[in-house]
Amino acid sequence: MKHFLTIFLLLFSFLQVTSPADAHELRGNLSAEVRLFVNEPLYPEQEHHNGSIAIAPEYYHEWSTGSSFIFSPFLRIDSADSERTHMDIREMNFLLLGDPWELRLGIGKVFWGVTEFVHFVDIINQTDLVEDILGEDKLGQPMAHFSMPNRWGVLDIFVLPYFRERTFPGQEGRLRPPVTVDTDNPLFESGAEKYHVDFALRYSQVFDFFDLGIYYFTGTSRDPVLLPGFNSGGQPVLLPFYQLMDQVGMDLQLVAGNWLWKMEALYQDNFINNFFAATGGFEYTFLGVGSSMLDLGFIAEFAYDSRGKEAFTSFENDLLCGLRLGINDAAGTEILAGIGYDLDNRGNVLRLEASRRITDTLKIFLEGWAFFDIDPDDFSLYSIRDDDYIRLQLFYYF
Amino acid sequence: MQNMITGNRTLTLTAAFLILLFLLSSGYSPAQTPEERGMSIAVEADRRDTGYGDSMAEMVMILRNRHGEESLRRIRFRTLEVNNDGDKSLTIFDSPKDVTGTAFLNFTHKVGDDDQWLYLPALKRVKRITSNNKSGSFMGSEFAYEDIASQEIEKYTYKWLRNEICDNMECFVVERYPVDRKNSGYSRQVAWLDKEEYRTLKVQYYDRKNAHLKTLTMSDYQQYMNKYWRPAKMLMINHQTGKTTELQYANYQFNVGLTDKDFNKNSLQRVR
Repeated sequence: MKHFLTIFLLLFSFLQVTSPADAHELRGNLSAEVRLFVNEPLYPEQEHHNGSIAIAPEYYHEWSTGSSFIFSPFLRIDSADSERTHMDIREMNFLLLGDPWELRLGIGKVFWGVTEFVHFVDIINQTDLVEDILGEDKLGQPMAHFSMPNRWGVLDIFVLPYFRERTFPGQEGRLRPPVTVDTDNPLFESGAEKYHVDFALRYSQVFDFFDLGIYYFTGTSRDPVLLPGFNSGGQPVLLPFYQLMDQVGMDLQLVAGNWLWKMEALYQDNFINNFFAATGGFEYTFLGVGSSMLDLGFIAEFAYDSRGKEAFTSFENDLLCGLRLGINDAAGTEILAGIGYDLDNRGNVLRLEASRRITDTLKIFLEGWAFFDIDPDDFSLYSIRDDDYIRLQLFYYF
Repeated sequence: MQNMITGNRTLTLTAAFLILLFLLSSGYSPAQTPEERGMSIAVEADRRDTGYGDSMAEMVMILRNRHGEESLRRIRFRTLEVNNDGDKSLTIFDSPKDVTGTAFLNFTHKVGDDDQWLYLPALKRVKRITSNNKSGSFMGSEFAYEDIASQEIEKYTYKWLRNEICDNMECFVVERYPVDRKNSGYSRQVAWLDKEEYRTLKVQYYDRKNAHLKTLTMSDYQQYMNKYWRPAKMLMINHQTGKTTELQYANYQFNVGLTDKDFNKNSLQRVR
């Protein structure tokens, strides 16, 4: 970590000296939220509701060469859960721009994938699970990312020298297993533990009417196995165990008129069980419904994991359907409704999301989750079966 | 002698040819149908606007509802001319603040659907999107995507209607019909172009039921590089809702040295 800093400072001073004309900006957002839970908590230590505030600023500096530096920390303070009160550096990296290549050094964020509901192939960054059970919030990942766009496609090479552990709610928090995950005592398959160096190689290309990406990843799995155990105080806990794995994955998206066809697939080789997982489907948009300004999108996706009940995801044989309504008004009002229907009758999930701009700098988000017909077989969903909730967020952008 | 005669004849022929050419190009040939004449005006307007290579501009969009309430959007454009196909363009959204950093990449095609990607900065995600949304509102404004998009000749068929005075200038009045009738929001458009410089000064848009929907006025034209005319102001009035959208353009720059590399998914993700 010390070397890391030295390199950083050297780079910074180097770029500072070599370029006279530069530009910088500061932007970001402040947010306040409440999460109101419909039912009493299942576990005694849990608090019923929670409120919290968060700040996510972003500082950006660009040199005349096109190279740049970005710093984007994140802080949340939560009224109920001490684990949800957390900070993270989402991004802190230099982007060196060459021709025709770019190199990103530092803490960064990368998204892979095309589908709407589950993101199986997106594995560079760890999930910041205390933020949201949707799993789209990610922790900053230390990386050297070399990217070379070319006529024949884009080649991306990643060297990931440090592992980020998943965050989990604490004792007072909701949306957690019956016993908490002891994030202070993680277990690793690799002797190097968090310092195991992971590698990834990705090739992607844009063809006429479709976009394709394939990748290979070798390193520590972002998904921990949760093992029953005891913490240092003798309390029963779940210990996160991070295995080593090799994974190949692909994502594909086709465009045909109002239709979007999407597909993600992966094969993982690890020492417990090798498996295959895939998700895919379509999105069809009715534009200007009834000669109005409304757009109505219908999304249907299927998610499959060959491990079945043993899968880390609750979406191992599920049909995921959604409706997206775009009002196309000046306030940018959007409504998204989604349902996850388990084809093995192990539990269904309903999610509603609506957002609307109030002023040029204020925006309101409303989100609702409901869990029903949950079978004890699905451990992660069964743990949160009584955690139906409504989340109201107000964002101030600066 | 022989030479003199042939020489004279050549001269006469050349002169006749030139006169014919002049008549053809200025759209005065009685042999031309109104459709051919409309097409030749569109071709000439396009010819006068080719060769700029690449350009950049900033735009302020002012949305007004019928009560006069305003809301603002700030947007930047980068455009690259592509030989034998439509332009490539990159649109960067600076405000409202919740969409700051969002960027939109478009490969216009003369024939067939455009290729479009949207970059969502919060998720660092590039999404390929359907380009069929031609009639949809651009950012909640009175401009549809098809009004903002690169106006390629092949996207319409044409018909010259008449010549008349507009804005104290001699103008062509040309009607145009979208080729992609399934996805366009219009049955037809009527455009006024000045004869001198082939600048579009006004467009009337007729909806699918052929009712007059909107009128666009383009004004405060400025010439760049001694060749290319760009309006500093565009005003779209929606006659059916009473809402208006005004676009104010500033800092037009041409030949800034943009290349293909500034218009791909990598540059979409890092653009500021």
